[in-house]
Amino acid sequence: MADSISLKKLVTRLLLVVVAMFVFGFALVPIYDVMCKAFGINGKTGGQYAGEQVVDTSRQVRVQFLSTNTADMPWDFYPKHDELTANPGAVNEMVFIARNPTDKPMSAQAVPSIAPSNAAAFFHKTECFCFTQQVLQPGEQIEMPVRFIVDRDMPKEVKHLTLSYTLFDITARHPPVAVNTGG
Amino acid sequence: MSAVIDDHGHADHAHGPAKGLMRWVLTTNHKDIGTLYLWFAFCMFLLGGSFAMVIRAELFQPGLQIVQPEFFNQMTTMHGLVMVFGAVMPAFVGLANWMIPLMVGAPDMALPRMNNFSFWLLPAAFLLLVSTLFTPGGGPNFGWTFYAPLSTTYAPESVTFFIFAIHLMGISSIMGAINVVATILNLRAPGMTLMKMPLFVWTWLITAFLLIAVMPVLAGCVTMMLMDIHFGTSFFSAAGGGDPVLFQHVFWFFGHPEVYIMILPAFGAVSQIIPTFARKPLFGYTSMVYATASIAFLSFIVWAHHMFVVGIPLVGELFFMYATMLIAVPTGVKVFNWASTMWQGSMTFETPMLFAVAFVILFSIGGFSGLMLAIAPADFQYQDTYFVVAHFHYVLVPGAIFGIFASAYYWLPKWTGHMYDETLGKLHFWLSFVGMNLTFFPMHFVGLAGMPRRIPDYNLQFADFNMVSSIGAFMFGATQIFFLFIVIKTIRGGAPAPAKPWDGAEGLEWSVPSPAPYHTFTTPPEVK
Ligand code: HEM
Ligand SMILES: [Cu+2]
Repeated sequence: MADSISLKKLVTRLLLVVVAMFVFGFALVPIYDVMCKAFGINGKTGGQYAGEQVVDTSRQVRVQFLSTNTADMPWDFYPKHDELTANPGAVNEMVFIARNPTDKPMSAQAVPSIAPSNAAAFFHKTECFCFTQQVLQPGEQIEMPVRFIVDRDMPKEVKHLTLSYTLFDITARHPPVAVNTGG
Repeated sequence: MSAVIDDHGHADHAHGPAKGLMRWVLTTNHKDIGTLYLWFAFCMFLLGGSFAMVIRAELFQPGLQIVQPEFFNQMTTMHGLVMVFGAVMPAFVGLANWMIPLMVGAPDMALPRMNNFSFWLLPAAFLLLVSTLFTPGGGPNFGWTFYAPLSTTYAPESVTFFIFAIHLMGISSIMGAINVVATILNLRAPGMTLMKMPLFVWTWLITAFLLIAVMPVLAGCVTMMLMDIHFGTSFFSAAGGGDPVLFQHVFWFFGHPEVYIMILPAFGAVSQIIPTFARKPLFGYTSMVYATASIAFLSFIVWAHHMFVVGIPLVGELFFMYATMLIAVPTGVKVFNWASTMWQGSMTFETPMLFAVAFVILFSIGGFSGLMLAIAPADFQYQDTYFVVAHFHYVLVPGAIFGIFASAYYWLPKWTGHMYDETLGKLHFWLSFVGMNLTFFPMHFVGLAGMPRRIPDYNLQFADFNMVSSIGAFMFGATQIFFLFIVIKTIRGGAPAPAKPWDGAEGLEWSVPSPAPYHTFTTPPEVK
């Protein structure tokens, strides 16, 4: 055909598309993170929050706490209380307890999640044990605080939040050092 | 090198194939490679089918009778993988190899040596994949969708071989697709403008672009798995800051276009066959081309309909729900055009036509159950039940597979030079038709009633329908051995086929003798 480009050029272009799409597959990772942050998808919470807010005494939100261990994670891990009532804007604190019942030092990582997911963007942690890893010596127990502010702009229909943590055993990936780095 | 220079050949069809086994190993001839692909696909069809027989035998009655749950999981996984990547996709590549050069008036595929390589990667890939079944930890057991962390943290040791096999299949598909695009865009005979191309060529061109776009994403997906498993990254591991849901996004970004990769060439084949036996030109050729292109485009923006229950925001649910339903529009255009082509045609029902008509009717049933699944709130109930299994088997068995059978019967005279036995062909059709409906129709009911998929045992209330399904499956399975017999019989003899065995057929492939000589269109034909 008169209008067709040479075979070599065509194949080169197609190969470029292949490479571009391979890269795009990996680009989906940061794109996904950005989307999750922007829309609060999957209950992913943001990083440490530095702001302050005026307390809204006219409104109350129930915050429930859940803790889950992944399979093969032998630690005891639970919140001190099951729930608390929070005023938007105020700083609240809940303490979680973790104990390593095994005879080996272990490291762990807690991953938080908020339900309903549309509330995730309005839940700010000013301090959280999930920002770091925990290392516990055999038999050691620690108290780990999480401090948070429920945003004043939290959608009105949300009266009830669940903050859940899943605890993962990451000993293999982050071999524990002898000293406790604390919460 | 297989090119043998035969210096006292005739002007046109200078030389035939080389002799012996090396002909097949080294061949760069598009007809040989097409044949290899088709036989390979058929072997995989029987292998994947025998896995399905194990599944249906276990599900014949409630309770655990025949296999252990661990092995059952490997069977469902391998059945899916072998059928998708080993049977359906290679069969269509085989048809493309055989027919596209003949249909556009090209002497061969544009890149014949790459063609040889892309075929021979497949047996290697499947040997690797199937061998994992014999390893101590067992083969892949995480479903053909291999969701992380099932396929990473909790996977059997053999997962690394699985990943490598997927890489090989991906490379093979990508090379095959590049070859198809290059052949169609560069080797058409003079006068064969794009809008004169037969629809099979059009649908394959679009399929090839889909393959080029999404197979690399699949490769990226399994590469991320490999890195998570062996190099300590955490793409899909929440403990390290990754997210298992990300896996599903990446997988389905490949996965949904993939399901169209498996159906578009069948759309094309049926669009060749129906006009032939209705003895009328295809109704709405141009709209068919545009409908195919829009289906391909839409297939990139609907992937999350497989993920309605993972917890995407309401706007997301709505977007993916409406986008998915939108696909029904171009699909409806196609079904309408096929029906209009048959309308007031002088129809006869030879075997290819039987398969093609059944395709139109049964594929539409699968489209309708797809629409039901597309309704996000309804899908909350249907997700992971046998209703989904019924849906995708209605689009894949009477869709993709019947499309391949129809093509095989339609072009067998051209390939072998013999007519197949019409009575046996019709028998094959009716047994397949009854068998597949018996197998998959009851799955709609047990699915709606809540029977979960991929579980080796089930509640007593589902017993009768499951027994019907299993009987249908054994019938369908046995029938395909019969198909093998029909094909071998046709290769070995039968009424000699004229160049154009179907009086309503159109197209360049019927202008060459049957069987098609080893070399065709060495001087390009003139298309008016
Ligand atoms: C009108 C067109 C279609 C619509 C609206 C549609 C819709 C859907 C939806 C919503 C699901 C997800 C169900 C769930 O997991 O809960 C699904 C699953 C599926 N569809 Fe379709 N579909 C259509 C056509 C097709 C075609 C043409 C094919 C392939 C030839 C196909 C193959 C599949 C497969 C393989 C699955 C299941 C994947 C798995 O979970 O293993 N679909 N479809
Ligand atoms: Cu889909």
